[in-house]
Amino acid sequence: MPTIHEANQLLKSRKLSSVELTRACLERIKEAEPKVHALVTVTDQLALKQAEKADRLLAKKDNHNPLTGIPALVKDNMCTRGVRTTCSSNILANFVPPYDATVVEKLNNAGAVILGKANMDEFAMGSSTENSALFTTGNPWDLSRVPGGSSGGSAAAVAAGEAIYALGSDTGGSIRLPAGFCNVVGLKPTYGRVSRYGLVAFASSLDQIGPLTQDVTDCALVLNAIAGYDSRDSTSVPHPTPDYTRCLSTELKGLKIGIPREYFMAGIQPEVEAAIRAAIDKLAGLGAKIDGEVSLPHTPYALAVYYIIAPSEASANLARYDGVKYGFSYKETDNMWTAMEKTRQHGFGAEVKRRIMLGTYALSAGYYDAWYLKAQKVRTLIRREFDQLFEKFDALVTPTSPTTPFKIGEKTDDPLQMYLSDVCTIPVNIAGLPAISIPAGFANGLPIGMQIIGKPFAEETILKIAYAYEQTTYWHKRRPNL
Amino acid sequence: MKLSREEVLHIALLARVGLTEAEVDRLSEELSNILENFAILQKVDTTGVPPTAQSIDLQNVLSDDKVTPSLPQTEVLANAPQKEGHFFKVRHVLE
Repeated sequence: MPTIHEANQLLKSRKLSSVELTRACLERIKEAEPKVHALVTVTDQLALKQAEKADRLLAKKDNHNPLTGIPALVKDNMCTRGVRTTCSSNILANFVPPYDATVVEKLNNAGAVILGKANMDEFAMGSSTENSALFTTGNPWDLSRVPGGSSGGSAAAVAAGEAIYALGSDTGGSIRLPAGFCNVVGLKPTYGRVSRYGLVAFASSLDQIGPLTQDVTDCALVLNAIAGYDSRDSTSVPHPTPDYTRCLSTELKGLKIGIPREYFMAGIQPEVEAAIRAAIDKLAGLGAKIDGEVSLPHTPYALAVYYIIAPSEASANLARYDGVKYGFSYKETDNMWTAMEKTRQHGFGAEVKRRIMLGTYALSAGYYDAWYLKAQKVRTLIRREFDQLFEKFDALVTPTSPTTPFKIGEKTDDPLQMYLSDVCTIPVNIAGLPAISIPAGFANGLPIGMQIIGKPFAEETILKIAYAYEQTTYWHKRRPNL
Repeated sequence: MKLSREEVLHIALLARVGLTEAEVDRLSEELSNILENFAILQKVDTTGVPPTAQSIDLQNVLSDDKVTPSLPQTEVLANAPQKEGHFFKVRHVLE
């Protein structure tokens, strides 16, 4: 499929209509879905109507938005008015939101075409989509392997050419890990940069929505459309939003990049380390000043901090699923407490229950100080460490994940092994920083992602580095043979 | 760090999550294992370190005291598993 900027040129010059492009995506979905299983809902009729509307807008020749008429997918944890939003959970299997998430509203206002909703780990809790209560998505590069998670459906669909781009959400790496595993670009913006209104809450102090795209230019274009202050999200930050495409240049002279050694830990796959080291050499060749001996000593604690804080917040956020207002409800009892317990027993999957239990434990009387409060204090130390490094550096570069995509079923019996997939991405959410994952090579036919971490609200810097690197490589042009 | 069956059942009660016998056993083992690994946190010196609840500087964000349109009642109730008239229907709270 063409990128957004390529499709935009074709649409503008009337060489292609949005209806034609949308039909092409729907055809591709029909062809790829029996193998990839990336989509929970396909809204083909709605998409074609939006495409017709977009074609009328495009015919007017006014200055239209670059996303007008371009088909996209939305992760199934973002509310879409009138379209089922399941969170890949049995408890929301039949939930039809009465309103649009802010990001969906923004895409609609830009004249975008929404093809449907993408599969994910249930409530975004997972690193592989294997926790989806509906089905597991396959990695288009090797269908016996996971696409990463939790936004695995979004990433796999973009890699498989089922959509031009997609939206994902990232609480501990859920955009970047699947981007790395599927050879696409994924950005987690700074916490507060993109409105979370209408995003089904998982861990409210960590969740952030961002783009999954075929290249860095597209990433900037989608960020332009979704970033900005929203009065309906009290953690949305009232900073002005720049045009993120203006920072894209191949000149990195004067930029200082640090390579934190803790991210090249024992257990990293040698091919991943080699690819990232080679990419770093390229960045040096582009004029960036590299310091390879940087340290973030509290990194080994980040995983524990995350898996205390995120489940704690989740246990509070998911308390709303009581079978009364919406969602699955256990009916075979007259007792209120039994109804609530049974609703949650049957409505939530194993990982969601595990995290609710873990979070409830960490917040409960007698354990709060030792676990939750302690994790919040170590969170402070992790953030401070980043702040100190960012006094000297413009960006940090790491692998997105220590390994290439693993086999479906390989880690499902061991929650801790699964949690370790997020070891490179989690510290970024804890500190609320922006970070991007971009294609940086292959090992045995499987993609390798490079993560670039920036200062708060310095999305422009990481986009610029990502863009400069991308211009010197062809990794992002490779497509899987399905 | 060992979480007993009784502790698991107590947490399940706090969280209002029903569990099968097999789930209680599995969670007792899994949660113990996870917490044992996370006990490394206790080694970090956090003397005098304030907790971080979220990563941005905003505090006490208030919205304008202005009436804005809300969703129509029919739409709000559309997803309700049980409703009666203009209300969500709940089970007996008081016996």
